[in-house]
Amino acid sequence: MKVMRWLTALPLRLKTLFLTGRVEQELDEELAFHLERQVEQFMERGVSPEEARRMALKAMGGVEREKERCRDVRAGQWLDLTRADVVFGWRQLMKRKTTTATAVLSLGLAIGGCISAFRLVNALFLHPMPVSHPERLYGIYRFGKGFSDGKPRVETSYEYPVFQQMQAAVRNEAELIAVSYASPTDVTYRSEEEIEKAEVQYVSGSMFGAFGIRPAAGRLLTESDDLKPGAHPYAVLSHEYWAHRFGKDPHVIGSTVQIGEGRYEIVGIGPNNFTGTEPGTTTDIFLPTMMNPGVTHPDWGWIRILVLLRPGISAEVVQEQLRAVFETLQRERVKEFSGRPKQFLDRFLSWQVKLQHASAGISTTQDDYRLPLLTLSALLALVLLIACANVANLMSAQSAARAGEMALRFSLGARRSRLVRMVLAESAMMGAMASALGLLFSFWATPFVVARIQRPDLPIRLALQPDWLVVLAGMVITIAVTLISGLPPALRASHVQPVGALKGDSELKRWHRSTYVLIALQAAFCFVVIFVAGLFVTTFERLTQQSPGFSADGLLLVSAAAQRAQEPVVWDQTADLLHTVPGVVDVAQAEWPLLSGNTQNSFIAVDREVNPELASTLSVSPGWFRAMKIPLLAGRDFRENDRNGEVAVVNETFAKQYFGTPNAIGKRFSLQGVAGSIQVVGVMRNAHYQNVREGARPLFYMPIRQTSKNGGIAPISYETFVVRTAVGNPLSLTETLRKTIAMAHPELRITNVRTQQELIDAQTIRERLLAMLATFFAVVALLLAGIGLYGVLNYSVLQREREFGIRLAVGAPMRSIVQLVTTEVLAVVVAGAVVGAVVALATAPYLATLLFVVSARDPRMFMMPAAVLLGAAAMAALRPVMRASSIDPAIMLRSE
Amino acid sequence: MSKPSDFVQGTLDLVLLKILALEPLHGWAISQRLPAVSGNVLQVSEGSLYPALHKLEVAGWIKAEWKITENNRRAKFYSITASGRKALNDQSADWDRLSKAVSQLLRLKEVRA
Repeated sequence: MKVMRWLTALPLRLKTLFLTGRVEQELDEELAFHLERQVEQFMERGVSPEEARRMALKAMGGVEREKERCRDVRAGQWLDLTRADVVFGWRQLMKRKTTTATAVLSLGLAIGGCISAFRLVNALFLHPMPVSHPERLYGIYRFGKGFSDGKPRVETSYEYPVFQQMQAAVRNEAELIAVSYASPTDVTYRSEEEIEKAEVQYVSGSMFGAFGIRPAAGRLLTESDDLKPGAHPYAVLSHEYWAHRFGKDPHVIGSTVQIGEGRYEIVGIGPNNFTGTEPGTTTDIFLPTMMNPGVTHPDWGWIRILVLLRPGISAEVVQEQLRAVFETLQRERVKEFSGRPKQFLDRFLSWQVKLQHASAGISTTQDDYRLPLLTLSALLALVLLIACANVANLMSAQSAARAGEMALRFSLGARRSRLVRMVLAESAMMGAMASALGLLFSFWATPFVVARIQRPDLPIRLALQPDWLVVLAGMVITIAVTLISGLPPALRASHVQPVGALKGDSELKRWHRSTYVLIALQAAFCFVVIFVAGLFVTTFERLTQQSPGFSADGLLLVSAAAQRAQEPVVWDQTADLLHTVPGVVDVAQAEWPLLSGNTQNSFIAVDREVNPELASTLSVSPGWFRAMKIPLLAGRDFRENDRNGEVAVVNETFAKQYFGTPNAIGKRFSLQGVAGSIQVVGVMRNAHYQNVREGARPLFYMPIRQTSKNGGIAPISYETFVVRTAVGNPLSLTETLRKTIAMAHPELRITNVRTQQELIDAQTIRERLLAMLATFFAVVALLLAGIGLYGVLNYSVLQREREFGIRLAVGAPMRSIVQLVTTEVLAVVVAGAVVGAVVALATAPYLATLLFVVSARDPRMFMMPAAVLLGAAAMAALRPVMRASSIDPAIMLRSE
Repeated sequence: MSKPSDFVQGTLDLVLLKILALEPLHGWAISQRLPAVSGNVLQVSEGSLYPALHKLEVAGWIKAEWKITENNRRAKFYSITASGRKALNDQSADWDRLSKAVSQLLRLKEVRA
């Protein structure tokens, strides 16, 4: 019954909604008719026409209010009102196109930045993997102290035997899945000549089944593909890789691929949305874990462990069981470490496992960008708030200008809620337009940022499809922007006092108070953004300007590997051959390049006493120091007949750390757990070893030639040729070098060609991105705050022109006028900056891990934003002050 | 004299439906007719009348048409609909019951102790 009535009235409701004009007109006409008849009635009683009209109006109690009540009744809806508000608001916005465009543009940029940041956060951390029960998926994290520095650290790597023990312990409560770190690997489909890179990930055979993943073609790996080490040469390609590498050729299934030393049969293709378990990296080829030599090594930490809880099992229960297993294993392991320093053992035993949600997967990219993304998002939020405050101030000025109109509406019977809605409709429209603009902007900005964090050795590929979370975030941002920028002016408009406003009082006092709060907030936020940008820029500068301890100019790194280990003479001959290539100045060999991220550490014993400090090592050929241009401080370089394990060249820090003197020539040390003593033959200047952020760590170099078990020289299976060139772009020699090696020694395979500079740059990519984006945000924040301040000052001068004119006319000096204009506002800016400095001081410690050699408590870091902010405030004040000082009292007073 | 607010909750709707059941009228005519047919006891202000009419229209109990009045002017005439008539019957029955009950109650003799 009710439904029927509602349905019969529906055309009427729709008419109310969409034919507003006609409905309004009918309402006008109906009430006008009534009014006329009332007037006539009064006149029939002998009242004069004017009096009759007045009496009739009074009897009707305000035509506007009457209409309003009728509108309210119509469909009981405010939808209809909203439409009127939208139409009216649109007209208001179009009346002042420049202002609107500025507001929409600044809000749009800020919103776009926020949406972009959220898309990155979503893709990296939130977007669940397309598996059947992402909510039951956890990762096993380890928390403990770093072995070398004792600082708290989080790890996700485990040894395969540890995984097996854990798996056995919780078999009934959860399914454990081992996944290796996806890494770019050399693969060959046809001949040895055509080597290409693909992201290879070793996964438990049970993974696909546990995830409920179905193949797009062929079959996926199963538990029976993962039973015995080396016995299951089967590969599954990801759908994306199959599509872009093979154009979805179905004949790929059944063909083989050479990966490293093994030949694999491609048995199937994954579904089109599954790209591995590492957000930031998309796996191309999945192999069974059993095909990785690491499965039998008790001390290779090369896998992560995912936990899929069985239904109804709580994570705590499984975590307790895993803890017990891990602790037992740790106690076992620690027994093997007898002879190591106690400090090391304490740090080793400090580690504990913990389950954490991993519905999005686990990756190194997540770890690298968790804090940076959070920081950038926070900065963007501040920029957005600054933009909102600007718009709020702008609209407040508008609504102050419209105080008269508002007062009139109120006197005619419009209710206050209606006035609020009117102003809110305007900001909602601006918010919607800005969001649309922001969305467009983010389509450009997100891939732009992703492109900036690419590393040659770790390409980042992010799945950036928008999902409902992004849509939701966009909506929340839009609503927040509407409320923050619209509510203050809307409330102000609705609090208009008709009597005062109609008489022409400007509500300057009220207007000032909230405007000042907004300006102070802008200054505070601006300070924080500039401060953080300053920290990041300083960090990036210090990182890139420090000397790595060697010269990277023209240095090319040619990494090569042999299927079967080759005699050192083969490597030497190859090095000599490379030396003959035109443009090559020097060639040497090393186990791996400096700053490639590889490390090998040992405990050092001097006079049988083990030092708690770890030392790092690298094996190099004679001439390597010369090729790297690392200066020799004392002693000599290696010679042809030096053997690994007999002599060493150490760096300054090593000499001081273990011998207490920079001149350590002739001193002896031994490696913990290795028999035989090593004599120091040379001391070198410090150079960066693993990464550019580390201080000078103790480092010893050993000869690349090693005595084999039978007394000869051990063959070598991989090394890197360090090629110093005299050409502008060392990479231009790549093809020549490749061919030279392929012709002379086809048994050697080039696995990678990079410049040393690439490796250095790769380590500062994050810092470069942070410095670049934070600077950009700081500029935008400053610009917005400056424009806002200018607008407010300008408006207040306009409002007070008459007052200033009078003051000048009665003899006030110009200086006092300038003071009137600027003092208050500058005081507000300073107050804001102080608040900002306090906030900056409080938040800075959280950024410590992103900084390098710069302290967040350094007073100089606070001077810069303060100076910049005050400078900007002065710039913003310049024109309004000039306007105030150009007031001619005679003209001003005459115009009134 | 009874003011609009003195209308017992819901009775204005009932009265309007009844008047429109007699014949289609425009707003002004209703405001004139109401005192006339109620011996000047019932009166309705414009502030209540038009919203009430619009509410009834939206509810689908009455419908509106633009017609020419006896002295050649356009006015919005309201007339009752079928569902309006049903509502009128239901509500007047309710009203009868209620008013009888109240009158009966009021006629009870007071006994002083």
